[in-house]
This record gives sequence, structure tokens and C-alpha cells, in this order.
Amino acid sequence: MSINFKLTPKFYMRLSMVLAILLWLIASLIDVLQVFAIKNGVELGISPSIPLLLMDFFYVFIIVYYRFRIRKVDSGNFVDLLWRVFAIGLVTTIISLAFRLFYDSIADTVLAKNEFLNVFITSVNTAIISVFLISTFTVWKKLILYQKSKRLLFYWHAFELLVVGSIFFNLTGLELEESLIFKIVFAAMALMSIILSGNLKWVAYLNFKQKWKSILLIVLITIYIFYFFAELYVPPAESMDFLNPIKSLFVITLFTFLLFYSVFSLLVILFNLPTSSVFERKMEEAINFQRLSQSIQSGENEEQIFDILLTSSMNAVYATAGWIEVSKDESTVHFINKNISRESINRVKEQVMSSKSRTVMKNPLSSSNTDTDRILVTLKKSSYKSVFVVPITVQNKVTGFMYLLSEVSDGFNKEMINIINTFASQASISIENFRLMGEAISNERYKEELDIAKRVQRALLPEKLDHDENFSIHAFTIAAAEVGGDYYDTFRLSDHKFAIVIGDVSGKGTSAAFHMSQMKGIFQSLAQMDLPADEFLFRANKALSQCLERTSFITLTYFILDTHSKTMQFSRAGHCPTLYYSKRDKVAQYFQNKGLGLGILRNDSFRKFIHINELAFEKDDILVLYTDGISEASNAQGEEFGYDRMKSLLEKNAHYDPVMIQKIFIGKLYEFCGTKDLNDDYTMVVIKFN
Amino acid sequence: MININRIEENNYLLIAVEGDADASSAINLDKAIRDAFDEHHQNILIDCTNLNYISSAGLGVFMSYIEEISTNSVNFILFGLSEKVLKVFAILGLDQLLTIKENKEEAQKALNGI
Repeated sequence: MSINFKLTPKFYMRLSMVLAILLWLIASLIDVLQVFAIKNGVELGISPSIPLLLMDFFYVFIIVYYRFRIRKVDSGNFVDLLWRVFAIGLVTTIISLAFRLFYDSIADTVLAKNEFLNVFITSVNTAIISVFLISTFTVWKKLILYQKSKRLLFYWHAFELLVVGSIFFNLTGLELEESLIFKIVFAAMALMSIILSGNLKWVAYLNFKQKWKSILLIVLITIYIFYFFAELYVPPAESMDFLNPIKSLFVITLFTFLLFYSVFSLLVILFNLPTSSVFERKMEEAINFQRLSQSIQSGENEEQIFDILLTSSMNAVYATAGWIEVSKDESTVHFINKNISRESINRVKEQVMSSKSRTVMKNPLSSSNTDTDRILVTLKKSSYKSVFVVPITVQNKVTGFMYLLSEVSDGFNKEMINIINTFASQASISIENFRLMGEAISNERYKEELDIAKRVQRALLPEKLDHDENFSIHAFTIAAAEVGGDYYDTFRLSDHKFAIVIGDVSGKGTSAAFHMSQMKGIFQSLAQMDLPADEFLFRANKALSQCLERTSFITLTYFILDTHSKTMQFSRAGHCPTLYYSKRDKVAQYFQNKGLGLGILRNDSFRKFIHINELAFEKDDILVLYTDGISEASNAQGEEFGYDRMKSLLEKNAHYDPVMIQKIFIGKLYEFCGTKDLNDDYTMVVIKFN
Repeated sequence: MININRIEENNYLLIAVEGDADASSAINLDKAIRDAFDEHHQNILIDCTNLNYISSAGLGVFMSYIEEISTNSVNFILFGLSEKVLKVFAILGLDQLLTIKENKEEAQKALNGI
């Protein structure tokens, strides 16, 4: 069987208790034996300092015991601590009294003269009184060190060390009455006790009721201290001495310290009694303030915030009644009222309106707006003598008013008004946060929706571009917002004929994205009909005329490549001129032809503005299709990327494949703009003939 | 940013457009022109001398009045377009549908010549 010793506080507590009792028993036994030995004239051969030393260690273990016994202190349990001291004192007194009674009852018998009994009773008395003293000392320590500073802690440790050291002072055999050293050391320690007794911060945290309880308990504790002191040091009546000889510096220091601190705390609590209601009120205000600021987190609604505001404001200024009126929208006003009926509200409001005795306090932040003024009104013919009106501002808009009514005239002083203002602004902040939170949540939802839109739109642009071995094609597009209005697409008309389109919807973002998807539908259905380029645009314009917004248009260029005949046909509907590089001439140029954007003319006259162009292409010729997001991209100086720059860029890099050409173009574009964030949708499609 | 000034001269309304006509400011431009049409002005001159930039949204505003200009036989003349802005009008093809003059004198002449 193994005993598992765990070095827990509980273990230390038990160990020190057992050791203390053991030491005390031995010391008492030695004392008794000593008496026995003297009586019988026998030399016991035990040094007189041994029982003293044993008692000293008894004290030390009791100190250790209480160190572990009384640990945590928080502001709630000061009275409990005092109660504990009182209880220990009570038990000690009862034991001590019991012995005295017993002793008195046998006073006339032989037993009373029995020295063994005498010694034993003194020993018990000393032990239990020192237990009381040490436990009280520990509690006083906890009270002093409540809200400690580093300096206080240092000072206390010094004092505590001296106190523990003073336990062993009795080994010197000096007595207070005779020794100067004893007197000096005692005086020094008494002085330290006085200084330390000034630390009474815990008193401030007692409420009114707790203060009364504490006073009662401390008075009783003080009585104990006096009683125990008398028990130990006041000699029997027949003695001529004023006091018994005081041999233990430790005990007398404890007495002094405990007494000082008890008296000090008693006085401080007593003087604090009248102000404690003010302090309690301030605490309550602070708690209410916290409630107002926290209400948002616990998911309360606006009405609950107003309710807390009204209740805390009324408590803070001793208002008898009050209400808050909040306009939910233009027509409805919501009322939250306390201790007042709706009829009375209307009556008071009329009186407030008509009263001449009013003080207006301007809001320093918006002096121009009279809505934000706070008004103090004195009423005559009403049960309410004074009214305080506070506007409630949410997001810089006055959304309501709080009315506080008092039965006393001039019921609101400056201090109260300040508190109410703080409450009102905190409530406003809470409501603002509450609303912002709601907005943030719905914004988050919109963002998710936009993400979906982005994915859907991305799917509208072709992943694979139709082509054959006669040309290679590469496309690149970026939208400024989640979704954009740029469009490109391909369609294989026949084995050797390909339709290619690039377009740009006016505007940006969601509306552009919707029109772009319409364009996709139109392209995919019209391309199947294998129409000439101009006919395609004419029909596309007709279709779009039905569904485009009044101010929206789409620019488009439609190409038909024939890889058999090595020719291409194209028509331009207001889209950026196509850049074409001819390998033979080693020159790039823009196709300068007439055109008109889709949706600008929504009738048949549109046909007049569309032209068809045809040309033959050769090997290594390059076609660059793009949107104005590239040509009109501008740098910090307002300069545009422009046609000339694109032209020379193509001429210099014509030997690369489409992917490389696109990369060079976009790289140069970013370099030119100094950013990758171009504030517009931009797209390019590069075709190189093989 | 866009700045729009209206001046009523003898026989026409002059609307001077300054700054950038982009997506956010196009509404202001539209309102100015809308007002002019609602007030039944027969002769409207748009001064684009200080128009730095026009986006597709700005073009959309002018575009949306093309039909109204012809049905109401309004003299709607733009002048003073910078090379850059004019090019934007031209690419889209709007120069074929709107009367665009080089400067104020030309615009006035065109107005009186009718």
C-alpha cells in the first residue's frame, strides 16, 4: 500500500496543523514536568529555552496553516472574512471562559491550588488566543493588500518578516518592562503597524448594508482583542503590578497591530457611511453604462436598448417617470413609457410646449440644428415640476427624444444632465452598432450573391476558343468589379469558317453584366444562321433594341474568318478599331471604317451606318481585338495608354505567339498605369495566322 | 467630378460641361439636358471645351436624346470637343448622329444658318 503525498495546499495545511498541535503538546508537557520537577527538587536537565523554542515553532506552524487556509479575497466576501474572524474569536472566548468558569467554580477547593492545572490552563489559553491572533492577522493582511501596489507589497513583506522574526525574540529572555532594546523594537513595530493600518481600500467596496455588518463585527473583534489581552496580561486583582510581565514581542506586536487596524477600519467605515449611497449610485451608473454598451453583443434589439436607457437614466437622476419616443419611419412613433400613461404623456408634452420657463442647452457638435438641443423645462400646473428632454441621435439624425420627469422643481442638476447625456450617447452608439451589424450581415449576403454572379458570368465566356490549324487564338479578360460588361466569343460556322466577336457593354458592374449575357444569347443564336457580318449586326441591334435600357448601348465587332480562302469579313458596331499586323509590310494599323454602336438607333435606319469590310490575310499576320479598358487606361498624369503605344508594341513583338503578345501587352499596360487596378473592364483577343 | 453651367443667351440655351462625365456624374449631365428639353428649348448648345473625359455612361446620356432631337426638331449642337473626346464620339459613331462643331462661333453659325 502506498501513500501518495501530493504537495497540495491542503496537504501543507494538514501537516502544519498536526505539527503545531504536536509541538504544543510537547511544550505543555515539558512545562508541567518542569513544575513537577521543581516541586520535587529534581533537576530535569532540560534547557528552559527548549519549551520556548517549541512554542515559537508552534506559532510558525499556525502562521503557515492560516497562510494556506485564507487565500482568495474578492470584493464580495469582506464581510465573510470578518465573520470568520468573529467566529474564531467566539470559539476562543467560549473555551477561555469555560476554563475560567471551571477555575472559579473550584476556587475554594484544593484543586485550585494545583499548579499542574494552573500551568495547563495558561498553556491552553495562550495557545487558543494565539490561534485567534494569527488568524486575525492573516485576515487583516488580506484586507490591507487588497488592491496592492508594489511599494505596499514590499513594505508589508518587510513587516511580516519582522513579525515572524519577533517570534524568536523571546529566546533572549528580555521583558518589555525592563529592557530598552525590547522597548525600541516594539515601538518601531508599532509605528509600522500604524502606517500599514492606513491601507483601507477595501472599505470603499462595501455597500451600505455591508458597512453596518462590518462595523458590528469589528466592534466585536475589538472587544475580543481587549478581552484576550486582559486574559493574558492583566494580573489577578490582588497583584500590585499594573500588568503581567510581557515576555513575547510577537504576541504584544500582534495585539498592537490588530488593535490599530481594527480601530482604524472602524473609524473609516463609520465616516464612510454617509457617502456610501453616493458611491453605490456611481457604481450602479457605471454598471448601467456597461449594460448599455454591451447590449449590442448579447443580440438585444433596439427596443431593449431604449428600455435600458430609460431605466438607467431614471435611476440615475431620481426621476419619478419618463418615456422615450422614437420615430420608426415618417408616420409611426414608438413609445416606451415608465410610471406614466399615454394620456399623461400627451398632457405633459402640451405643458412642455407651452411652458415659458425653459433652459435650452445647445449641442456643441451641431449648433445649427435645434433638434439636437437638450431642454430643461419647469412646469407649474402639473404634478411633475421639472422635465428634462434629451434628443437621441443615431447616425447623425435625431430619431427620438427621451423625457425625464421629476416631482421636484429644479430636479436636474448639472451632474445629472451630464450623466444622462453620456447614457444617451452610449445608447446611440449601441443602436448605431446594432444597425451597422445588420447592414454588415446583409452586405455579406450581397457579396455572396455577387460571387455567384461572378462564377455564372465567367461561365458565359468561352473556355475553349474555336479555331483550326490555320490560326491560333488566345483571349484574356479582367472585370473591374465582380462582374463586368466585356464580351468575346467564337462560333464554328462550318469546317473552315469561324465567327469571332468582341464587345463591350456601356457602364460597368451588374447592369453591364446582364446586358452582356443578353449579347451572348443573341450571338449564339444569330451566329448559327451564318449571316454576313453587317446582317448579323443589323439583327443584333434589332434584338437589343427591345431589351436595352434607354441610356445603354453595346459596341461590337463581328468577324468571319475563312481559312480556306484565307479571307476575313468584318463589321464594326462602334467598337474600338481592330489592330492588324501585316507580316508582308511589317506594319500594324487600325481598321478605319464607319460604324455605330448597338442600341443607339433603335430603328431600321441603323442599317445605313453599318459597313462590311473584307480582306485577305497571310501567314503570320496578327489580329488584335481589345476593349477600351486597354486603349483608354490612363496613368496618374491622366495620359492614356493610347493607340500609338499599342501599334508600336505589336510591331515590336509580332514574332511572338498570341499568348506571349497578350502577356507583353498587359505587362506594359500595368507598367504604364503603375497599378494592376485599372478601374474598368479590359479584354484582349489575339489571333495569329499560321 | 462634373460641373454644369446653364446660360440662357438670346436665342439659345448654353450648357457648359466641365470635368469628367463618368458613371457617377452622368446623372447630372442627364438632368441638365432633361431640364432643357422639358423647358421646350428649341436651340441647345453644349459647350464641351472643358470636358476632359467621357465614359460610356456619359455617351449613353447623349445617345438617349438622339431620337427626341429628331422628333422634336431641336437644334442640339455640341462644340469645343477635345481631340480625345471627339475620338470617343467618333469610334462609337455618335458623330454621325449628333451635330458637332469645332467652336462656339461655328455652332452659332450653324444655328443661325438654318
